[in-house]
Amino acid sequence: MTDRIPGFSTLAIHAGAQPDPSTGARVTPIYQTTAFVFDDVDHAASLFGLQAFGNIYTRITNPTTAALEERVAALEGGTAALATASGHAAQLLAFHAMMMPGDNIVAANKLYGGSINQLNHSFKSFGWEVRWAEATDPDSFTALIDDRTRAIFVESLANPGGVLVDLDAIAAIARSKGIPFVVDNTLATPYLCRPIEHGADIVLHSLTKFMGGHGNSMGGVIVDGGTFDWSASGNYPMLSKPRPEYNGMVLHETFGNFAFAIACRVLGLRDLGPAISPMNSFLIMTGIETLPLRMQRHCDNALKVAEHLKSHDKVDWVSYAGLESDPYYGLHRKYMPKGAGSVFTFGVKGGYDAGVALVSNVQLFSHLANIGDTRSLIIHPASTTHRQLTDEQKTAAGAGPDVVRLSIGLEDVEDLIADLDQALATIEA
Amino acid sequence: MNHDSYQDAYIRGILDEVKTIAMIGASANSVRPSYFVLKYLLAKGYDVIPINPGQAGKEILGQPVYGKLADVPRPIDMVDVFRNSEAAGAVVDEALALSPLPKVIWLQLGIRNDEAAARAEAAGIKVVMNRCPKIEYGRLSGEIGWTGVNSRTISSKRPVLQKGFQHRGLRDLKEKI
Ligand SMILES: Cc1ncc(COP(=O)(O)O)c(C=O)c1O
Repeated sequence: MTDRIPGFSTLAIHAGAQPDPSTGARVTPIYQTTAFVFDDVDHAASLFGLQAFGNIYTRITNPTTAALEERVAALEGGTAALATASGHAAQLLAFHAMMMPGDNIVAANKLYGGSINQLNHSFKSFGWEVRWAEATDPDSFTALIDDRTRAIFVESLANPGGVLVDLDAIAAIARSKGIPFVVDNTLATPYLCRPIEHGADIVLHSLTKFMGGHGNSMGGVIVDGGTFDWSASGNYPMLSKPRPEYNGMVLHETFGNFAFAIACRVLGLRDLGPAISPMNSFLIMTGIETLPLRMQRHCDNALKVAEHLKSHDKVDWVSYAGLESDPYYGLHRKYMPKGAGSVFTFGVKGGYDAGVALVSNVQLFSHLANIGDTRSLIIHPASTTHRQLTDEQKTAAGAGPDVVRLSIGLEDVEDLIADLDQALATIEA
Repeated sequence: MNHDSYQDAYIRGILDEVKTIAMIGASANSVRPSYFVLKYLLAKGYDVIPINPGQAGKEILGQPVYGKLADVPRPIDMVDVFRNSEAAGAVVDEALALSPLPKVIWLQLGIRNDEAAARAEAAGIKVVMNRCPKIEYGRLSGEIGWTGVNSRTISSKRPVLQKGFQHRGLRDLKEKI
């Protein structure tokens, strides 16, 4: 019999989730337990020494979370995955496994604002430097790379501006420099884009967004592409050098093409501690079962809303890669032809006050700071997330006074358009 | 035989078929990969014979160590090789001199020697290269999924404990779609 490779929708439902061996439960149970009994002392020793597969303590592994991890690894086409308490925790653990004090990351300048903060400020206390490349110009990455660069980091589809990066081109740079290419695929999800197929070595997600998809659970994940040679340069001692935590074990040599996921787990998650709760793993896994259906509807709705806004007389501009006139339309057709996601920004005529009026007067859109929910969401960054910045800083960050961000949900699109229309109508011309 | 990728059925067949495994390059150091694999396969009920000239006459994990394949006093089903790709050629030739011949020669992750594989296959021996039996066993049993590893298997069947010496934790995932 040939080994048929299941399709994406099949994997979204089945990967990682065989019926429960002890009860036959068809849905992966919520293993809401902190710890797991050992068979005997030798079994315990084998588990602690990483010589056997199995569970010790939910900070390190948990069967519900493991099912989620395997499912995301399968959907992204990776060798293994590690789930974390949030998307930010995934970023922390992934870079922790690559970086030593004095090392640097070359990152695209178009990233989620929280990630810009994390890289600019929090990581500085670890002695990790970030260098900002122009997301739309692959050559600008090359120019910033030096012998202490340990990773290139981009978002496949950047939050919030709808900027797409040229994954193939940046992957080629990373490969030629012998450094891993790390891609945050939160806004695209593997339904729209599978970065490993475009040369990514590591894929990160905030599972909080479209993967879970229902606005009810925080989570993050690190997917190991299994593609990077951690031993070749000697620059990744967490993987290539004997580890004192494990009596001199060398993780890359021991775990081969899923060593990065193991390193993030046994050196990062174990010691830094941002484990996801089994309950959240369960909810996110349930969400992923409908990812292909949801994501397509998110994109279809978003395109209709974007088209409508583009021709609206109270709207100055719309930035959505799904529109043929958009500068990123070409990259959208190349890297995520099924859709350009559901998060985008537009400029409302009348600036700051108009933006405030709009978010105040919507009835169906929820005014809050999140994306990737079944519900449609709206935010005016200048009066909320970016309030503390000067006007120049706001504009540079893509959060000028007129900018409104939408995350289009799964409601009837006519209702969404009607809600925006009535709220726009309240703005004084 | 294509050695770039293996069908699950091929690997599963080998793991079901063999019982006695001679491990070339078995280490007495508890953090070396070969020690991991030795310990794991013993725990799964295989009869694993460590081969290591530096340890000959001693024991690793309670198993007597032999200096070379030819010294092993009983028939060997599978030779599992922890040596580099070049040195693996000579090991294959040693295995080809055994009587009876082993059924399987398995070269570990990162090890590949196509000429040696062709010699073994010409003698009717099955060959696996650049794979680890611990990882494959864990993958096909679903056990490895406990660590978030992509087992690349799916099934709607309830796993049951399997009887017999290969008490593979969970039943074979035969039902594939
Ligand atoms: C693209 C992207 N990456 C990472 C994060 C951080 O994820 P979390 O909020 O789950 O920590 C977010 C959150 O908005 C995001 O949009």
